[in-house]
Amino acid sequence: MLTATDTNLTKRITPCLDVRDGRVVKGVRYRSVGEGQGGGGVLTATDTNLTKRITPCLDVRDGRVVKGVRFSGLRDAGDPVERAERYEADGADELVILDVSATGEGRAACVRTVASVRRTLGIPLTVGGGVRRLEDALRLLDAGADRVGVNTAAVERPGLLAEIADRAGVQCVVAAIDAARRQPGEGWEVVTNAGSRRTGIDAIAWAREVERLGAGEILLTSYDRDGSGEGYDLELIAAATGAVRLPVIASGGARVARDLKRAFDAGAEAALAASILHDGVTSVRELKRALSSLGVPVRRDTADERSMA
Amino acid sequence: MRLVIIDTGVSNSASVGAAVRRATGLEPELTVDPKAVESADRVILPGVGSFAAGMAALERHGLSEVVRERVLDERATLAICLGMQLLCEASAESPGVEGLGVVEGRLERFPPGALRTPHFGWNRVSWSDGDGGGEDGEAYFAHSYRLERAPEGGRRALCVHGGAFVAALSRGGVLACQFHPELSGAWGAALIARWARAREGAAC
Repeated sequence: MLTATDTNLTKRITPCLDVRDGRVVKGVRYRSVGEGQGGGGVLTATDTNLTKRITPCLDVRDGRVVKGVRFSGLRDAGDPVERAERYEADGADELVILDVSATGEGRAACVRTVASVRRTLGIPLTVGGGVRRLEDALRLLDAGADRVGVNTAAVERPGLLAEIADRAGVQCVVAAIDAARRQPGEGWEVVTNAGSRRTGIDAIAWAREVERLGAGEILLTSYDRDGSGEGYDLELIAAATGAVRLPVIASGGARVARDLKRAFDAGAEAALAASILHDGVTSVRELKRALSSLGVPVRRDTADERSMA
Repeated sequence: MRLVIIDTGVSNSASVGAAVRRATGLEPELTVDPKAVESADRVILPGVGSFAAGMAALERHGLSEVVRERVLDERATLAICLGMQLLCEASAESPGVEGLGVVEGRLERFPPGALRTPHFGWNRVSWSDGDGGGEDGEAYFAHSYRLERAPEGGRRALCVHGGAFVAALSRGGVLACQFHPELSGAWGAALIARWARAREGAAC
């Protein structure tokens, strides 16, 4: 396999006069050198050094981390800033904060939480929950979110995805899809309002639709597996990743490293984990060590590796 | 030392500002005032969103010429993601829209195929002239368009996703990154610190 450092290019000696307004100056234009540099033919279209992401998720209510099973039965799991710092130090590749507050006060608290987390967090931050209008998204981005997750509101008013994408860019829009199994063999349907409402919308068709509307990524949560520790819904991941070209974050059901590996094998680019990390069942670092030994490419730029070097 | 972040409203200034504070201890000034951008010791041009919206924002605030001059003069300027793309001539994302044209080349969309787009996540950055001495590393990317050919002069770093593309360019005090150093953990923070500490006009 070829890597980014592979090249057959020879070193050139290239006298260069940078000329502007008839005088030789430093720094005029960065000129392209032509064949063989950068996009040359040595690498094929399927080569990548992209690593698989581990994405801890903090469900936050009124400024505190909570976690439940199937979106309910929430219990306290600590301070979001402390959690975020620990997960980053442990090698987390990004962080998701889902605001599960039910009140306006809770929403305001979440914006403050995002700002506090941003002060210390040096990795990407996605924030979702309660994003119903463009203004909600912009408020979170201003506070320090890099991307916003849109769920119920996008189902009710799909144009919201395009509005955010037009204003802030496709890469800022994460379509959060909560999918619940129908009868065996009948696929999945989208559920909204924290799982309380079954929409009848086919989850895979909806994944295609959000891609068309301007989402940059899909956060795909199995309602049936959320918080269960039964492993990700691999059939759901395979069906969704087969239907779209967007990257998909798998969510719901992680317990051990093999669950994450199976999610990646099924097509996910990232695997979200919450309960197992909050409860100290495992850590991001342990998961990465295990995934690496299972042959999954993961980012190794962690304090762990540096101390070993 | 005055460090300015160009805040056109089409950018993730909050993340960039927080990273600058952590990496350098400097308090960044968020502005769209061309005079402030011209006179600052250090300038960061962040940017997310579309090529057309990014260029329109620079034009609207009268910043195009100031940024172009800074880069041509190799004064300390850090261009991030869309910021780097705006230095180029054009982008397939916004046909007919002219970029700042300081870097030769047009951005192309990732080729269709087996790989996912946008290119989201952590990928290897390798400086083409480097010995790897702490400068190569994994960086966080979030983009759908890329510069496929590296321009001549200065240093360049490549990344591989559906073939190789330009991850970063460095010349004098100018550092242009397709990735997000402000979101690239300790490695990204070290890069920002090196750029901010470098002597005016010196390569970082």
